[in-house]
Amino acid sequence: MRFHTPKTFENAVAIAAAASGQTRFLAGGTDVLVQLRAAMVLPDDLIDLKHIPGVKEITRTSDGGWRIGIAVSGAELGRHAGIGADYPGVVEGMQLVGSTQVQGRATLVGNLCNGSPAADSVPAMVAAGAWVSVIGPQGVRDVKVEDIPAGPGRTTLKAGELITGITLPPRGANAGDAYLRFIPRTEMDIAVVGVAVNLRLDGDRISEARVALGAVAPKILLVPAAAQAIIGTMLDDAALDDAALDALAAAAIAASTPISDKRGTAEFRKDIVGVLVKRAARIALDRAKGATK
Amino acid sequence: MSKVHVSATVNGDPVEFLADPRDTLLDCLRDQLGLTGTKEGCGTGDCGACSVQLDGVLVCSCLVLGVEAEGKRVETVEGLSSGQDLHPLQRKFIEHAALQCGFCTPGILVAAKALLAQNPDPTETEVRYWLAGNLCRCTGYDKIIRAVMDAGAEMRGAN
Repeated sequence: MRFHTPKTFENAVAIAAAASGQTRFLAGGTDVLVQLRAAMVLPDDLIDLKHIPGVKEITRTSDGGWRIGIAVSGAELGRHAGIGADYPGVVEGMQLVGSTQVQGRATLVGNLCNGSPAADSVPAMVAAGAWVSVIGPQGVRDVKVEDIPAGPGRTTLKAGELITGITLPPRGANAGDAYLRFIPRTEMDIAVVGVAVNLRLDGDRISEARVALGAVAPKILLVPAAAQAIIGTMLDDAALDDAALDALAAAAIAASTPISDKRGTAEFRKDIVGVLVKRAARIALDRAKGATK
Repeated sequence: MSKVHVSATVNGDPVEFLADPRDTLLDCLRDQLGLTGTKEGCGTGDCGACSVQLDGVLVCSCLVLGVEAEGKRVETVEGLSSGQDLHPLQRKFIEHAALQCGFCTPGILVAAKALLAQNPDPTETEVRYWLAGNLCRCTGYDKIIRAVMDAGAEMRGAN
């Protein structure tokens, strides 16, 4: 195995294009090294992206969004006050990945490219409307986060392509997001169900919403029908309208096509997705109204 | 398979070693540098026995390649004591009998040191969450948590 430390993304692409055998890109390594050890992946060329300038940075975009470098760790994301204020759901999703030790290394892009349907950081990125910049032999392109997963362990990235950054859109006013997952204990587990809700208020009404589900289908789902169930609904003092919440849950359940495995049965997952989507919507709503927790 | 020359600082000392690019930092610490205090439990980042600090960040050394340590600072359990003087965490682990087989202990000491460096007065809940990635199959954790809390108290002069 040859180990490369390119200083530019273009150089990384060139190394991958010139390689004849299997290649892997390395950032946090918390999935790649496990695959190496298990001999699931035996790359001839391993390309460490952490020497490329800017990959550890979080910067404001000119329109007020956020651009997150591909080697920013979960711990670094968690310490960033600006993103925590704008997108607490994205941060709390990422921070659920693994232990303190894993948080020191693991990255949003790695979690996305690992292709797990249960990836904790991905539903909130999808709900946020985040996109990634991709570079490859054919040039550069932007791709919505929901268009990256292709199925368990697979992405839509083409051979030799890699992601160069994640962009979160400008937060704007009166908006909030939240991510919740179910696991049978309190820490160190993989989501049985994960749910992210991102919404915006216009006066008393929900004017925009995006709902994303994890671990209930072969890939993480954006569910427009669930968002439609709450868009335009009126609010009473503290909670969403019950009928809208029930419609939200019903849409999330209808979109779910889970499997039964050791972590939960399909029936259980469908039940839980309805419960969590209501709770996540309430938290996102509270945050849109200014709650800081 | 060509080996890569790596220069790093381990527990304050400059070191050099030749790493196969496939070797983890854990392999290099144990097999190249003879620092066998860092243990291999699962080798997949689940158990925390191989915890070290890399440029001040707590990581599983089984999830870092040796070649990635180039130019970096690594701190292992061997760096905790000053000569014969044990670190307060080490003394408190002995006082509280916070270990049985001892295999997880180096990783927990390194992880706890990292916690107390950034949060000198953690709550029990904070200690338990911070150490959630350090598995111990002997003690049932209570004595470990008490030892860390007590060491924190001593280190901030509260005893």
